[in-house]
Amino acid sequence: MSEIMNMPGDALADGLMVKAERVCKNFGHVEVLKGIDLSVRQGEVMCIVGPSGSGKSTFLRCINHLEKVDAGRLWVDGHLVGYRQRGDKLYELREKEVAAQRRDIGMVFQRFNLFPHMTALQNVMEAPMLVKGESRDAAKARAEQLMERVGLSDRMGNYPSQLSGGQQQRVAIARALAMQPKLMLFDEPTSALDPELVGEVLDVMRDLAREGMTMVVVTHEMGFAREVGDSLVFMDGGVVVEQGVPREVLANPQHARTQAFLSKVL
Amino acid sequence: MSVGQTETRTGTIKAVPVRHPGRWVAAVAVAVLAAMLVNNLITNEAYNWAEQLKYLFSPAVLGGVRNTIWLTVAAMIGGVLLGILLALMRLSANPLLRGAAWLYVWVFRGTPLFTQLLIWGNIGALFPTLGLGIPFGPEFVTAQTNALYSAAAAASLGLIFNEAAYMAEIVRGGIQSVDLGQQEAASALGLTKAQTLRRIILPQAMRVIAPPTGNEAISMLKNTALVAAVPYLELTFTVQNIYSHTYQIIPMLVMACIWYLFLSSIMMIGQHYLERYYGKGYAR
Repeated sequence: MSEIMNMPGDALADGLMVKAERVCKNFGHVEVLKGIDLSVRQGEVMCIVGPSGSGKSTFLRCINHLEKVDAGRLWVDGHLVGYRQRGDKLYELREKEVAAQRRDIGMVFQRFNLFPHMTALQNVMEAPMLVKGESRDAAKARAEQLMERVGLSDRMGNYPSQLSGGQQQRVAIARALAMQPKLMLFDEPTSALDPELVGEVLDVMRDLAREGMTMVVVTHEMGFAREVGDSLVFMDGGVVVEQGVPREVLANPQHARTQAFLSKVL
Repeated sequence: MSVGQTETRTGTIKAVPVRHPGRWVAAVAVAVLAAMLVNNLITNEAYNWAEQLKYLFSPAVLGGVRNTIWLTVAAMIGGVLLGILLALMRLSANPLLRGAAWLYVWVFRGTPLFTQLLIWGNIGALFPTLGLGIPFGPEFVTAQTNALYSAAAAASLGLIFNEAAYMAEIVRGGIQSVDLGQQEAASALGLTKAQTLRRIILPQAMRVIAPPTGNEAISMLKNTALVAAVPYLELTFTVQNIYSHTYQIIPMLVMACIWYLFLSSIMMIGQHYLERYYGKGYAR
């Protein structure tokens, strides 16, 4: 992908993992994203908060091309997402090329989306074997390590239906990590969990952040955003209303819409 | 009862059960009917059990059984594969593929299998020669249809093409029953569409596809009797041939039914294990 410069040269030099320029997305006549400009540095943990329908999940899904960007540009690790640029023209990437881009981006979903016909361990082993062509032994060895890392070494043979929500989400994190991604996307990872199970998932995410993983987290957990996040982005109506250091944005929101939202959730 | 008596209430309850007189009446009625049936089977000379036993394992009948079995197996394998292809066409983004698959299902599901089999048996009249060549252009090789084509081919093709129409709908329903999040999770991990279909979607769809496919297979076992229309010598046609010169009509037909029941029982056992295999990971 190096034939043509994919990204403004300075962006890579700045150590940017994600760079979004005026990203727009429509669903039919509804404008969901109205020009998002955001950058995520290498190793940064960015938390995106906002009311439902604000476009925060849609933006997250644009980063790994689960949604097609309608206007603007989005780069991940220096590569334009979903397209190849030659001169002024954009060419859609082929399905295999899109799949190759996604290998480096892990994603964790609100509803876990574990594969129900496979055990927890098989869930974690599947992608490295299929996508990277790893041997069964190598994939199994690392899957076992990852299961231990998320605190589930005694649950490897269980099917997802035999696990609690919190355990399922931790398996989902291990499954994403098995591809050794450079970037992890979290789409409201604790929103479908019983309150007492939220902590175990946030603990795993906190460890991940401490180890230097670049993370973009769409969440309603303001405590997590304050404690773990390097930056906080407040979105509403398809635009970034306010962003900054989490502690400052949460304690002293500048914009009226941010103040109104935070007064309801804090 | 006073509060002080609660201790005695913690023991196992011994209550008088509700009486079900209706159950007794129904049980007696069924028992009487069953006794009548058994009596008939034993005393009615027309069954001619000795005649049945004489032919049960005769070479002609065993040949018919063999043909029934291979036709069922071939029709189901061919029908499932063609059905998966048609289902994928129905779900395709290409409107021409969608339309073609819809048309196929419309034709083959909308006409009687017996009539279709008659046409397959007379296909030589429709296409006297078969050839390889360029569509609407020259042909390189041609051959007489009837020289290449056998009753076995007509029978199996007829059943496959008909079954595929039903399997297409079953497979489509199965694929559509799989949560969209599965596709997304697989995409996000970098799996290609083909890998996702093979490893993630189809195995889950099989849980929904397997039970009706088992029913289709058992139906198919019995539908093979219709290939007498081709004509092709399977079990029913074989016993017809036998009773056409022995005149032991009922004994031969009952004997055929015994064979069909034996074969379908085996298939039910297979269906049980198939459903259990594809149901793994789903708590009941």
